[in-house]
Order: sequence, then C-alpha cells, then structure tokens
Amino acid sequence: MNIHEYQAKAILRKFGVPVPDGHVCYNGASAREWAKRLGDGPWVVKAQIHAGGRGKGGGVKLARSADEVRDIAREMLGMTLRTHQTGPEGKVVTRVLVENGCNIERELYVSLLVDRATSKVTVMASTEGGMDIEEVAAATPEKIFRETIDPVAGLSPFQCRNLAFSLGLTGKLTAKATTVLQGLYNTFMACDCSLLEINPLVVTKEGDLRALDAKFGFDDNAMFRHLQIGDMRDFDEEDPNEVEASQHDLSYVSLAGNIGCLVNGAGLAMATMDIIKFSGGEPANFLDVGGGATIERVSEAFKIILSDKNVKGILVNIFGGIMKCDVIAEGVIDAARQVSLKVPLVVRLEGTNVEKGKEILATSGLNIIAADGMADAAEKIVQAVAAA
Amino acid sequence: MSILIDKDTKVITQGLGATGLFHANGAREYGTRMVGGVTPGKGGSIIDGFPVYDTVRGAVAATGATASVIYVPPPFAADAIMEAVDAGIGLVICITEGIPVLDMVKVKQFMQGKESRLVGPNCPGVITPGQCKIGIMPGYIHRPGKVGVVSRSGTLTYEAVWQLTGYGLGQSTCVGIGGDPVNGTNHLDVLRMFEEDPDTDAVIMIGEIGGNSEEEGAYFVRDHMTKPVAAYIAGITAPPGKRMGHAGAIISGGKGTAAEKVAILKECGISVAASPAEMAQALLKIYRPN
Repeated sequence: MNIHEYQAKAILRKFGVPVPDGHVCYNGASAREWAKRLGDGPWVVKAQIHAGGRGKGGGVKLARSADEVRDIAREMLGMTLRTHQTGPEGKVVTRVLVENGCNIERELYVSLLVDRATSKVTVMASTEGGMDIEEVAAATPEKIFRETIDPVAGLSPFQCRNLAFSLGLTGKLTAKATTVLQGLYNTFMACDCSLLEINPLVVTKEGDLRALDAKFGFDDNAMFRHLQIGDMRDFDEEDPNEVEASQHDLSYVSLAGNIGCLVNGAGLAMATMDIIKFSGGEPANFLDVGGGATIERVSEAFKIILSDKNVKGILVNIFGGIMKCDVIAEGVIDAARQVSLKVPLVVRLEGTNVEKGKEILATSGLNIIAADGMADAAEKIVQAVAAA
Repeated sequence: MSILIDKDTKVITQGLGATGLFHANGAREYGTRMVGGVTPGKGGSIIDGFPVYDTVRGAVAATGATASVIYVPPPFAADAIMEAVDAGIGLVICITEGIPVLDMVKVKQFMQGKESRLVGPNCPGVITPGQCKIGIMPGYIHRPGKVGVVSRSGTLTYEAVWQLTGYGLGQSTCVGIGGDPVNGTNHLDVLRMFEEDPDTDAVIMIGEIGGNSEEEGAYFVRDHMTKPVAAYIAGITAPPGKRMGHAGAIISGGKGTAAEKVAILKECGISVAASPAEMAQALLKIYRPN
C-alpha cells in the first residue's frame, strides 16, 4: 500500500522528522488561503499522485505570491499528470500540497528497507539526493552508504554519525542527522513499513535538515494493526480491478495481454502467465485465488477477470492441495452462469478431489475445454483465442 | 534416510483450529506420527484423538515431539515460532501466510545461536514420501524415490512432483521454503542437505522473482555439488515493482528478475526448464536414474 506525500509528511512530523510546513488543498481558493496562513512565501505547489517524477511532468511549481499559489493550484487540479511512473495514461490530480519553500544548500538521499539477505532493516544514504537511487547504485555505488540495524539495539547513534560523516555533514548538522535518522527508523518500525524513502533530504542554507519528499511503502501483512494508515488508502490511485480483488482477499495484478488466468498459488500463477507467453499468447493478469478459496471467492475472481475488456479467453489452472478441485469447479460454473460467459474457457484441474471436479465441469452443460497438464492447457487457450 | 524428517519424526500441531485440525488429520492418515497439539487454554482436552497441551514446552515434555507444524493465524504466528524454538523443537515448520515482515525480523534475531531450524513461513511444508508428511501438500501425488525438491512455491512443487511421479521418478524429500522475504531456510540450506543425503541422487530447485536465494543456491551447486540439479524460475512475464502474490515475489530496483536468475543458474551448470511443464524433462536431460 502507498500513501500521498502530504500524508507521509504528516506521519513524519509526528515522529519528529522535520518537514516543511504545508497543507493539502482541493481547490484554488483554499490553496491561496493556506499559503497566507503558512507564511510570506515563496511556496511550492505539489500535485499529489502516487508516482515519482512529478517535477518533470509539471506537477511541482514554485509560487511567489498567494495569488500565484491559487492560479497554479487551479491549473494542476484536474489535469492529467504523466510521469515515467504513471504510464502513458497518466493520473488525474485531485489534490495539491501547498508548502513553504526552503533555501536548499545540498540534496541528500536516505532510505530504509528490510534487507532480505541479512533479515534486518538497513539504512541507505547517499550524497546524490534528488537522483534516481537505482541509477546512482549502477553508476557510482561508492556514493551509497549503508548501516545494518540490529533489531535489539535499534539504530545506534554511532551508526547515524557514520552515515552523517560519510555524507560530508559537519558541526551541528551531524547531531541533527542523528535525530532525523532515528526519527525515520522509529517511523519505519512503528508503521510496519516495507520502504521509507526521503529523496531529497535537504540541508538548508540556514543549517537545518528537511525531508522535502517522502515515499512510504507499507507491509500489507501488517495493516491489521495500523487501521489509521489503512484509512489513508486512496482507491483512485489504484487499478480498480486490483482494488476489487483485494476486497475479496484475492491476489490480482493486471497485465497487458488478452488471456485471463485463474490459478491457485502464487508460484503456479506466475508459471501459468509464463507458459501462456511460452505458448505464443499474452497473459492479461496474475490471479491467485489462494489456498482456502470458497465458491464465492472463485466466482468473484472470475468476474474480475471478465471485467477486463481485453480478455478474449480464460485459463483456469488448479493444482489442489488445500484447495479442492470440486470447489473450484463449482465456483467456475457459478460465475460462468452469472456473467453469461462468451469467451473460450480452458480448465486444467489436478490434485485433491480432481475426479469430482472434472465430473462437475463435464456435466455442467457449459462449453468448457478440458486440459491435461499445463502445457496442454496453455496451447488450448492460445489456439482457442486465436480462432475466436 | 532423507532430509529433515523420516518415519520416526514425532510432530505436534500448533494451532488446532479448523485448518490445523484438517491437516493434522491428513498427516496422520498419511502415516505421520502426529503426537498432539497446542492450543493455549485447551490443555488437557483431546480433539480428534490428538492430546492438546497449553504450551509447547508441555507438549514436548509429554510427547517427546521433535518437530512442530504451525497453523496459527498471522498476528500470533511469530510468537508461536519463538515458543517452539524456545521449547527446543528441532524442526519448526510454519505454514501460516501473511506474517508481518518485521515480526519475522524479530524471530530471526531470536533464533540466533539456537539449534532449531525454521522452514517457512508461508510454505506448504515438508514431505518424505511414504514416511512422513508435515504440511498441506496432497500426499497421493508423491512416490518414494531419489529426487529431492526444494521450492518457494507450494503449488509449483506439486506440479514438479506430479511430473516426476509421471516419469516414474520418486522423491526423497520435498521442501517448501515459502514465499516470504524473510524466512527460516533458503535454497542453499536445502541443497547442502540434499548433497549430503545418501538417499538423494538428483535435485529439482524451483524459484521465482525477488531476492537472491536462487542465486546463492546456484553458486553452491557450481562450487560444491556433485549431484545433478535442474531448475525452474517463475515470473519471466512479471512486471517490475508489483508483488506477485507472495510477499517476497517482487522485482525491486530492477533486481531479482527471472531472466537474471535463469542466466546465473545456467552459468552454474544447472539445467533450467524454459517452461514449467518441463521441470522433470529438464532433470532427465542431465540425470540417468538407475
């Protein structure tokens, strides 16, 4: 799950990480009003969408008067912002963040994440703030500094100093950096983050540190203990099918192809996408119905696949462990009847209660193409879609 | 012989709810020595013939269990793992999917210096066909034999096993290491055990996008393994930055792509199946069963 920049900054403020004063606004008049309340300017108006690269797309602008804040906000609100992360369709801006500008001396980079190799949280910092960190890692890896955090001791002051000195900070700024880094670590742990990225963390001409932008990734598995973070979710920023799927506990990712797939198990679901491609087709989605799916859930999964207008055929691939094949069969039939299925459907069942499942499908009266094995299933659906 | 478990392994179930009980019964029917269960507050009762204990320590003292399988719901599963480790259980297999990753960071720290091995979480379990089944896999697809299987994915393991069984190739032990980013046992650990196991002659290793467990395993195969290894990596068509079901299956920062993994595995002399339907065939290219 992701959140907006203004929400991210509100969380950081709570944990004592310095961020510029600002406020989210939904129309030009309130943007002007808030600008005046925030101070004497200059201000920055920032389009709030869940994507990076906003500056280049015209989503971040400097304003020197409150009227200018209003005009820029009016311009941005309702516009479709396209960045390298939004894709060509772009995202419509529905809210802007108005905040005080700051006098930037230097731009740094800081992020925290769970490092899989060590099973520990790691802080990464770089002198190359404002840049794409992946590019920095590729071109100048010596400009990235790391500290691995001991889960018991937490992020120690000496580690913060190591990073601060590596970043070339001196004097009072090293102590300020320790406060900022520990604040970020506390935020990360308290909110069950999977990623917390401050890019840039700026050194101001006045000798302060400010988190100028913030990107949070949250561990979906931990959201049960962070209901107030869950409330920050902006469904407009997500693929509507993915939202619908998540509400039914289905794991769904929308793709560009035309063969929908319904599979149990994440590994098998990925492998099914791959074998469709291998057989000359293109998968329209990843969909894992999970281990304990009910008839209703399978039926919902089916409807979600079919609501994608690109889908010209469906492949159901089930290897039942927990999942029983007869349950899948019932769900498929249930859904196919409800939505009056018009595209070819290939079903491959194996595992627990497979005979019962096959029989249910065979006697359903529906036009279902049965397949034996994954390769056979993939070939059959690719052929059926080509012939349709 | 086999790795991790055999016919003498005594197993307790932590979390005898509907799911735990269902699979405890399934394992017992398979022939596994399921000696009891742990549900705090229900100690002293007997459910479906399984004696229930309040604590893992109590269960170990009464039954001599050396393995535990965990079906406890995600918010409480990390605690259940630590309880098993603390009670001196040698093999802890956690089936539970959806444990917060920071809970697992704590668990890993807790396990430092302790003897227990954790398999999972978010895994199908471990089976030594014909002897012992711990977990949620359908037992009947397996046959006793000489091929070891290690995988991050449950259903893909079944797929590989089904293919092997179809070719008349039985399995020594199948280990599902799970699809989470922070887990107890990785490909490398299991490959090392298979290499040392006299009853394993060849291995199928199944991986997917994200992390570098497959790469570590591959370097071990190149440098230390004498037995033939075939592999399949899922997620060639997975888009970057999207979690593909498993919490750990994500290409982040351009790292952990299937193409990258396949290239390294091939360089290390592993026979990589291009299609998931050809996992057994990929093994048979480099392995002549006798």
